Amino acid sequence: MLIGIPRESSPSENRVAATPATTPQLVALGYEVLVERGAGARADFPDDAYVQAGARLGTAQEAWGADVVLSCTEPTPEELALMHPGATLVSMLSPAIRPEVAETYATAGISALSLDAVPRISRAQSLDVLSSMANIAGYRAVIEAAESYGGMFAGQVTAAGKMPPAKVFVAGAGVAGLAAIGIAGSMGAQVRAFDVRPEVGEQIESMGAQFVEVGAVDENVSSDGYAKEMTADQAELAARMYADESANADIVITTAQIRGRRAPVLLTAEMVAAMKPGSVVVDMAAGSGGNTELTRPDEKVVTDNGVTIIGWTDLAGRLPRQASQLFGTNLVNLLKLVTPAKDGRFVIDFEDEVVRSMTVTRKGAVTWPPPPVKVSAAPAVPAAAPVEPVRPAEAPEVVAKRRRTQRLYLGALAMVAFFVIGGLSPITILGHWMVLMLAVFVGFYVINNVTHALHTPLMAETNAISGIIMVGALLQMGSSSWAVTIISWIAVLVASINVFGGFLVTNRMLAMFRKA
Amino acid sequence: MITLTSLVQAAYIIAAVLFILALAGLSRHESARMGNAFGMLGMFIAVGGVITQAVTTAPRGFWVTSLLIGSAMLIGAAIGIWRAHTVEMTGMPQLIAMLHSFVGLAAVLVGYNSFLDVGADHNGTHLIEVGVGVLIGAYTLTGSLVAFGKLSGRLKSKPLMIPQRNLLNLVVVVLCAVLIAWFVLVPTLLPLLLMTVLGLLLGWHMVSSIGGGDMPVVVSMLNSYSGWAAAAAGFMLGNDLLIVTGALVGSSGAILSYIMCKAMNRSFISVILGGFGEGSSKGDAVVREYGDYHESTAADVARQLTEAKSVVIAPGYGMAVAQAQYPVAELTLKLRERGITVRFGIHPVAGRLPGHMNVLLAEARVPYDIVLEMDEINPDFDRTDMVLVIGANDTVNPAALDEPDSPIAGMPVLEVWHAKQVVVFKRSMNPGYAGVQNPLFFKDNTEMVFGDAKERVQDIIAALDSHRAVTVGQL
Repeated sequence: MLIGIPRESSPSENRVAATPATTPQLVALGYEVLVERGAGARADFPDDAYVQAGARLGTAQEAWGADVVLSCTEPTPEELALMHPGATLVSMLSPAIRPEVAETYATAGISALSLDAVPRISRAQSLDVLSSMANIAGYRAVIEAAESYGGMFAGQVTAAGKMPPAKVFVAGAGVAGLAAIGIAGSMGAQVRAFDVRPEVGEQIESMGAQFVEVGAVDENVSSDGYAKEMTADQAELAARMYADESANADIVITTAQIRGRRAPVLLTAEMVAAMKPGSVVVDMAAGSGGNTELTRPDEKVVTDNGVTIIGWTDLAGRLPRQASQLFGTNLVNLLKLVTPAKDGRFVIDFEDEVVRSMTVTRKGAVTWPPPPVKVSAAPAVPAAAPVEPVRPAEAPEVVAKRRRTQRLYLGALAMVAFFVIGGLSPITILGHWMVLMLAVFVGFYVINNVTHALHTPLMAETNAISGIIMVGALLQMGSSSWAVTIISWIAVLVASINVFGGFLVTNRMLAMFRKA
Repeated sequence: MITLTSLVQAAYIIAAVLFILALAGLSRHESARMGNAFGMLGMFIAVGGVITQAVTTAPRGFWVTSLLIGSAMLIGAAIGIWRAHTVEMTGMPQLIAMLHSFVGLAAVLVGYNSFLDVGADHNGTHLIEVGVGVLIGAYTLTGSLVAFGKLSGRLKSKPLMIPQRNLLNLVVVVLCAVLIAWFVLVPTLLPLLLMTVLGLLLGWHMVSSIGGGDMPVVVSMLNSYSGWAAAAAGFMLGNDLLIVTGALVGSSGAILSYIMCKAMNRSFISVILGGFGEGSSKGDAVVREYGDYHESTAADVARQLTEAKSVVIAPGYGMAVAQAQYPVAELTLKLRERGITVRFGIHPVAGRLPGHMNVLLAEARVPYDIVLEMDEINPDFDRTDMVLVIGANDTVNPAALDEPDSPIAGMPVLEVWHAKQVVVFKRSMNPGYAGVQNPLFFKDNTEMVFGDAKERVQDIIAALDSHRAVTVGQL
């Protein structure tokens, strides 16, 4: 089958759906690849590079007329008209927000797969465009903020005075939020972050930011792995937190989005008005309505009190080279999934829940919405009317804490037991106990370092040195009792077997090990 | 003033330090032989010192004592050297088990002597030490003998299942405690003899009820016990060198047992209490249908190998049984000559002894730097063209990860199925030691080659050679 890679017609779209690096992988799956001339130009991939990678060059008509069209953005009506019935389109179609798009593709008689409908399950991670783009966008958001912010991120102490580090607040710690936290932190800023899902706190802290907590927050993960909207009480608590944090911060990066819904307003006009002049808000949700009341998509707004609100919706596209590369790799992974035989045939298999979830129309029939996919990682959602209250599973921290307590008690018990034993023992024996305990610990640390490959020689070696038990028998050998002499004679004999056999066999084994 | 006694004490301290250095040296390949040399030196210094002391102070006189010591050590040395030179590397587990039993025997004998020799003046502490030392020694003796029997095929490897066996063991342990108390109150030979018999029985019974596949843990555990037996003898004789050595060996065995148990995702207690593989779990396990397996031939495998860039070999106990390590090494050499990357992935419990596979491959002159541990090789299977599974089964079973109801669920395994192609060498379709069916065999990217692993690998080598001949002919 022929894959078409059209040049993106939207002037703000710099990306391309295949790069010279991903093209050979598509070819390896048995496809022919046709790239529209100039498709990669804005991402710095010249046409020649595609040809070298095994693709053909062609016109827009040819690219859109292919059997499978890969595109970064939704086609315009004119472009859609170029597609032939029975063809397959893979693009970002946002059917969750606008279910009516399905009709359009059904009428055109094509199969449409939407990349933004990839379910959030581990198996589908390699083709999750939203995650890979969010990562890049999070990085870019910080860069955009840095450009508009009139100060440094890192604090410095200089001869001309002390400069405090920039304070960055990140709202929403999804992929984009975590990426932003990471880069802002590495640029030297003090980062604080909030997310409605309390279990993300650990991830936030692992990226080096401080997790801002809001009073009582319930679990806010829906069964599909995305955050869901908050209840009224929570919202009030959260609003107070947002007001405090934004007033305190130099840079606010908001990333809150709810799948298939308008983005929630986190910063009201009053909150923005209370922010310091010169501070910057980067609203990464500008494309789906914005997290502030003042956001305007694709515009940079400066408020009356000097706060800059950046509403770029193409943050990932502002790093077109790498965004295209990741996008293209996601597409390759998708094509691997739908080309099981590697024979260049695109198979939409509804048994596969990843493919099923992405498919908006199949051969002109609307298949949206798909049945819900359950995420194994998300906590089980209690049934609507549970007959018996389900006992909540214990959190790992609780278990770990109990174990620690148990260990503490066990240690205390061992200590008391030893006090009893030691107290009853004669003084000379206690000296031996000291030696035993020290040797056990030395042994523990020494043996722990032994590589697995040498465990057999280690055992043979310990066999050999265990033969030291013969020193006891040696001293008993000269006893005046014949019984004792005979017994110790036997003991010396078997211990000698250990000593000589053990050392020699160890040596023999060690001599075998050699390096290439 | 220098006296013989203080010189011997100094020798003990030097020997103790050298023993620690010996084990520390074994941590890396580069320093391992040096470590062994330290061990020998330590042993020489300690034993030399003690012999000097023994022959000069013995009531029996210098010459008689020297003769007795000399004859015992010469015979022992002759047997030891003979065994060390002739043992097959596949027979290593048996030898190790045998050597453990000797330590146990020596501990029992030294214990008896320590009771008989001192004569009438026994204090309570000393009697307890004798009792405990003899008990651990006796347990180690029979336990190791049973392990030896199972490993060498003289005994059936199937676990012995006596009803109420845990209760029985408990009763024996309690009885032993009672006997020690009796022995302390009435220091005569009778309670000591009775306790020895019980210790011997306990060792026999506990190891008998553990299956052959759990032997890596059992051998490590007995290694540990042999150390504690030596340490107990040290207490008995008031000898710090014995205590240090015993503690080193004891903790060494304990760590090895722990590593083995972790590699099988089982608790130490459950292994020691035995009965694995006879599972009641089989009855209520979900019966799964895995479909059909694909059979392949040596010639096909040879052809696929020539097209591969990266090959991983996952050996198991079956390779040792079939003595296939030499042809496997030859195959490795041939593939490497063709510029194919060949590596080995070793599961911690592959074989019947910790590190057994490494020794076998080293014997066949496979360089140790291409023999990797499970954690090192697992992330690389994605990028591997072909995996040859030779005589391994449970250690490559995807059910351990995918099927929570599987008896081996949660055990870390070599994730060979991520490779493009897997070839399994197996005698038949019978399940492995754990009695668990292996869904790996039914995967689309898995091919089965049946028959003796050694012969099949030799067939592949032959096919590779003829393949080369054809290629050269065409040129």
